[in-house]
Amino acid sequence: MELLISDGHLLSWLIFIPLIGAGLLMVVPGEENQRRVALVVTVFNAILSFKLWNNFDATTANLQFGEKMAWIPTLNINYTLGVDGISILLIMLTTLVMPLCVLGSWTYIGKRIREFFVCLLVMEMAMIGVFAAMDFVLFYIFWELMLIPMYLLIAIWGGDQKKYASIKFFLYTLAGSVLMLAAIIALWLQNNYSFYIPDMMGQPYSSLFQTLVFLAFFLAFAIKVPMFPVHTWLPAAHVQAPAAGSVILASVLLKMGTYGFLRFCLPITPEATLMLAPYILWLAVAGVLYGGFTALAQSDMKKLIAYSSVGHMGFVVLGIFVLNQTGLEGSLIQMVNHGVTTGALFLMIGMIYERSHSREMKDHSGMAYTHPIFVTFFTIFAMSSLGFPATNSFIGEFLILAGAFADNKIVAGVSIIGAVLAAAYMLRLLQYVLFKGEGRSDLSDLNFREIVTLTPFFVFVFWIGLAPEPFMNVMHTSVAYLLQQVDAAQAGQAVANLVVH
Amino acid sequence: MQLFLPELFLLGGSLVLFFVSLGEDKGKLAKNMTVLIGAVLCVLCAMGINQDGTLFYDAYKIDFFSQFFKLVIAAGLTLVTLATGDMKGINGKIKAEYYLFMVISTLGLVMMVSSVELLSLFIALELSSFSLYLMVPMRDEETGERQQMEAGIKYIMFGIISTGAMLFGMSYLFGLTGSTYFSDLVPAMQGMFHNPIALLAIMLFMVGFFYKLAIFPFHFWVPDVYQGAANGTTAFIASVPKIGAVAILLRIATLANPQHADWLITMLMVVAACSMLYGNLSALVQTDIKRMLGFSGIAHAGFVLLGVLTLDELGFARSTYYILGYVLMNLACFLVICKVSVNGENVNRDDLRGLYKRSPFLALVLLVGMFAMAGIPPFVGFMGKFMLLAGALQADHLPLVIIGVVNTAIAIFYYLSVVRVAFAEAPGDRPDVDTDATTWCVGLVLMACIVYLGIAPNQLLDYASQAMRMIM
Repeated sequence: MELLISDGHLLSWLIFIPLIGAGLLMVVPGEENQRRVALVVTVFNAILSFKLWNNFDATTANLQFGEKMAWIPTLNINYTLGVDGISILLIMLTTLVMPLCVLGSWTYIGKRIREFFVCLLVMEMAMIGVFAAMDFVLFYIFWELMLIPMYLLIAIWGGDQKKYASIKFFLYTLAGSVLMLAAIIALWLQNNYSFYIPDMMGQPYSSLFQTLVFLAFFLAFAIKVPMFPVHTWLPAAHVQAPAAGSVILASVLLKMGTYGFLRFCLPITPEATLMLAPYILWLAVAGVLYGGFTALAQSDMKKLIAYSSVGHMGFVVLGIFVLNQTGLEGSLIQMVNHGVTTGALFLMIGMIYERSHSREMKDHSGMAYTHPIFVTFFTIFAMSSLGFPATNSFIGEFLILAGAFADNKIVAGVSIIGAVLAAAYMLRLLQYVLFKGEGRSDLSDLNFREIVTLTPFFVFVFWIGLAPEPFMNVMHTSVAYLLQQVDAAQAGQAVANLVVH
Repeated sequence: MQLFLPELFLLGGSLVLFFVSLGEDKGKLAKNMTVLIGAVLCVLCAMGINQDGTLFYDAYKIDFFSQFFKLVIAAGLTLVTLATGDMKGINGKIKAEYYLFMVISTLGLVMMVSSVELLSLFIALELSSFSLYLMVPMRDEETGERQQMEAGIKYIMFGIISTGAMLFGMSYLFGLTGSTYFSDLVPAMQGMFHNPIALLAIMLFMVGFFYKLAIFPFHFWVPDVYQGAANGTTAFIASVPKIGAVAILLRIATLANPQHADWLITMLMVVAACSMLYGNLSALVQTDIKRMLGFSGIAHAGFVLLGVLTLDELGFARSTYYILGYVLMNLACFLVICKVSVNGENVNRDDLRGLYKRSPFLALVLLVGMFAMAGIPPFVGFMGKFMLLAGALQADHLPLVIIGVVNTAIAIFYYLSVVRVAFAEAPGDRPDVDTDATTWCVGLVLMACIVYLGIAPNQLLDYASQAMRMIM
């Protein structure tokens, strides 16, 4: 995995434009202007990110758009950035979701507009930074930095139980990642004082060391995903966060956990991965089933979607730890799908909440009779969420299940139940919202801004659902290379066993 | 003469302050003079940063080590006086005397970092300590509720006991080597470090500074003094003397021979681990912010020891970096405390309710200060912790590193609960907090330093390393 240095500093621009925008927001007067500035900055960043997409070379697993600068020489910490087929989709997802978050909170946020958008922009910077950082310390800094704006988003603009939710979110995530810091330092010592992430891959660490490092990483990422049984912060945070906060949480933040598995656990500690994968698969299945059953029992729509996230992310983890090309690619595309679909659903619930100040299903029954535009979008996203053919999630879940059947038929068989549950809770939600009861004529239907906000999600639902090739193409090489790294460890283990016998 | 210029200037300054204090109600004037003295002292120290030489029969050494610490102590004095505003909570009649003692205490610290002989070191330390002992009970009756008396007595009693232990250690050092000069002590002690008496001597010697730095088990004065002293006094005690204490602690650590220092390292590890755990666990249940910061200070002192116990230049430099960062974030918190407190009374966590509505700027300063203390990037607290942990793991102290990271997780809870009341709670009927221009400037400077040192620690580390080379 080489770092191909490029001169344009495109990644740095993507990371720091939001920060510059945040600085600009500090001095812009007037709430309307502040909204516009935030929108312009995020849209500009999104457009700029297409330059990344267009110039990305999908035929190589090397890190592209690389940048490297000495930062803290005494510790050999560098400012290193790079993208490969695994991270590019997530960076694109981030840059594209952010303008929609700004649009989605246009009227939703009524107080402290300036601070809200500053938080949002700092958030964007940290998220892109996490996906682009190739130096461990840089990665960790972005990873932790994210907690501050996210905490404020929930704590200031959140719902009634914001105190509880925000502190729980912060404590869980921070407690999970402190051991990761120790693991990072341990890896640094083992690798000749290098914090460069690819340097740490494919090294002959002892089994014990690998297991310990794997577990330290796993705890941090499992909390972020979140996997059963450390998921309990998620429903609280999702329900209390403002709509844009929920969208960021669902679309991007949760992906950092699974991204961490792909970027660190698999290539750095392959032996431990192989050893522990069977257990993690069952944990993932437990998450799928648990999320499904709990979602079935919710009457709060936001909570329902939050628990469905636990189930969907369980599928993603499942796809990663079956450790074959189909499963991994399914996971990656499903990460994007979940970002699109769940992000859209959270935005829509935010739109209802803005009108009725309720998230209860029973307060919004029978909307099919009164709100045709809303219901059309809602149905499409709900169908996408349950993995209906021709929508994006179908592709992802299909690939993950195909990969799972190739690896472990029992696990795959049990996880099918999760897919059925997804259909059950989503259809139950739809049935309530669409047809049960009279409908409410006191609430207005979606306005033009909201339709514009939802349209990109709509486009991606069908684009990925019907023609996933452009999205799949970028990842083939990198995923194959990742699997090679894991297989190399397996082969090494086999040789070692032969020698012993 | 030129070598001694900062000290002479401080001496002159305190004389002038003494004459000022003879008048009635000269608190305002004394405060402005102290700021001026601090600022000029900063300039003098910065100008003399590369000076080199010895004074007073080689008992007093001016080199980059001493000048570096003098500069940061001077900067600390200036920032504290600016950050604490008009020192509410100090009896107005003796406010001028109060500033006089503050300057004298600083003079003691400035002399302490230059002393390379045990007796002059001791005198400098006592000069600084006795002024501090006097500053604690100078709080006025209404806001102190007589707790300041208890605090003053505790501070002086514990101080004298640990000074006694330190003198006992010094007597051993003299008995073992026949000299009181560091230049003789270092080679002599290094040579006989396998001798248990040598270890005992150094451990006892360190006690005096463990007390200053509030390291377990010499921390007993901390909660009561932090709570009982006026807000401004606590801000001073919690910052400037700690810089001096770390400087001397590092100087003492150079007496140890790393090859035979297993026992010393074990001892330091135990007190570091106990400090972190004790400080953080006790801080969890505090509601008085100053008391909480006191316990958190014990935990931070434990972290500083992580660098000391590596017994190498890099570790020492990282400890220095950490304590300077700690002073900055501590002052950021105290800036908020001093402003929120209306008449100088203690600040409870509930008094910070809805601060982000009552004063958005102070809330931001508090946020930066608290998150920096908690060790969240990109602030200086994170970089300091990270480097200390890296150094400790490099020296193979895995259990200590695990305790350190677990402590980071524990500590976040109480820092966060302060941020929570400031940001997530409604203010109720609490009044808005006014912020004047000085507060803005000091707050901005502190935040800028906390962030800048966090993302670009290199330069300060280089300076600290360069200073450490002078004593190694």
